[in-house]
Amino acid sequence: MFSFCTDPALLDDLPWMACYLTTGKHMAFYASFGTVLLLLAITAPVALLFGFLGAMATRSQIAPLRWLGRGYTSMVRGIPDIAFFLFVPIALDQGLEWLRHKVRCPDWELPVRQGNDFVVCDIAKLPLSNAPQWVHEGYGFGTAVLAFAVVFGAFAANVIHGAMTAVPRAQMETAEAYGMTRRQAFWRILVPQMWIFALPGLSNLWQILVKATPLLFLLGVEDIVYWARELGGSKTSTFTYPHPDWRLYYFLFLLVFYLALTQVSEIAFGRLARRLSRGQATAAGDALRKAAA
Amino acid sequence: MKTLTLATALLAFGTGAALAQDVVRMGTEGAYPPYNFINDNGEIDGFERELGDELCARAELTCEWVTNDWDSIIPNLVSGNYDTIIAGMSITPERDEVIDFTQPYTQPDPSSVVGMTPDLDLASAVIAAQTGTIQAGYVAEIGATLVEFASPDETVAAVRNGEVDAVIADKAFLEPIVTEDADLMYVGDDILLGGGIGMGIRESDAELKETFNAAIQSMKDDGTLNELIAKWLPESAPF
Repeated sequence: MFSFCTDPALLDDLPWMACYLTTGKHMAFYASFGTVLLLLAITAPVALLFGFLGAMATRSQIAPLRWLGRGYTSMVRGIPDIAFFLFVPIALDQGLEWLRHKVRCPDWELPVRQGNDFVVCDIAKLPLSNAPQWVHEGYGFGTAVLAFAVVFGAFAANVIHGAMTAVPRAQMETAEAYGMTRRQAFWRILVPQMWIFALPGLSNLWQILVKATPLLFLLGVEDIVYWARELGGSKTSTFTYPHPDWRLYYFLFLLVFYLALTQVSEIAFGRLARRLSRGQATAAGDALRKAAA
Repeated sequence: MKTLTLATALLAFGTGAALAQDVVRMGTEGAYPPYNFINDNGEIDGFERELGDELCARAELTCEWVTNDWDSIIPNLVSGNYDTIIAGMSITPERDEVIDFTQPYTQPDPSSVVGMTPDLDLASAVIAAQTGTIQAGYVAEIGATLVEFASPDETVAAVRNGEVDAVIADKAFLEPIVTEDADLMYVGDDILLGGGIGMGIRESDAELKETFNAAIQSMKDDGTLNELIAKWLPESAPF
């Protein structure tokens, strides 16, 4: 990085540290913060969508759809997250490869499962083994996002379903009195008003999601925990920058990062709650009205 | 309709370059110097990196390096996430039941025990080893108390902070650590475990195994393998 970094062994503490903190490995560490934020930025809306669809299915008048919604929420909520995180990406990957195998290699005669091996024809591999590394990483990241979204979507579905039933019945009755259909009343009256009831639960979920991102490491994505452990471990002089066990400092840094992230989101959720309370028949909405008057 | 488009997109994904199938993905751990580690530039480095690149050049294969946790390194090989394991993995009968190995590219590697005091009774000691290694199996065999860790670095850290009495690992890994830390020392003699280190390959992939066998043999024949061993693993016996 800096021009004086050519021989770190000769450097004083301060320039040594400057060089050390700007190695390629540290750059990968800093970039992994982006990975985590990207995961959050993609997972949160997808999980919210899953939750919304789940909640809609649960209150559907069509029985099979209702069963599906209930089955999804109760099943996912009842299975340990870790088991689910390990199961979904592997099952998804093998399922997709098997499908592609069936479509693209119909003449293949060998079984897909040979003893311990899971073998599909070369052009059915996902991603193809000659795909560049970023495609492989993107694919792994994608399955991770999906696993997160499925799990957190189930919790969100429950929260949103609760919020939908919390909207005062009188609101819906008024909508019906105005001649709105069930569908119109749902989209125009229920959905806009339910968010304030869903918000506390959703903000809880968000905080849990933020704290669950180290699970990425479990799925083979090189996230901040992976790099902190890798960088913090003691290094002998095989490495350019030997140092003793520094994991404590790296993990302390992660601790601060997560605390800052959750603190910022706390403030954001506070503002959002204030905004959504406007005009609502809740205590917070009432307080806003009085303050304005 | 949307799902249909998605399915088509998935199927079409990567149709372009379906012919160039000679990319071999090399799976390693990246946490076990000097065999394999991530250097300060963030690249995979070490004995096996140099060896693997040379083997691929000789076999005229394009190789791509990937890192994977030690714990799941065999499951991810058999499910096809990469094509070889080249991660300081000793050839043992138990592993051989699940995957195949090429011929060894090191002699049976000496393992050593490192602790804080030289007079340690191993049979009654608490010894750290990495999960799923031959050394962990050995500790269980001699009746000592085994404490397992997910990564090699953690096993050494456990000795330093007094959580265990000693650590057992390949000598080539422990040697620089003992040299540079005055508190740590060898306990007892070296122990020879396993049948040498080989590359792990899926059992259904006999062709790839033969390719690498031939490449390893050619490096053994012209002495380049011994040069690499002398450079990275000075404690190991040459061929």
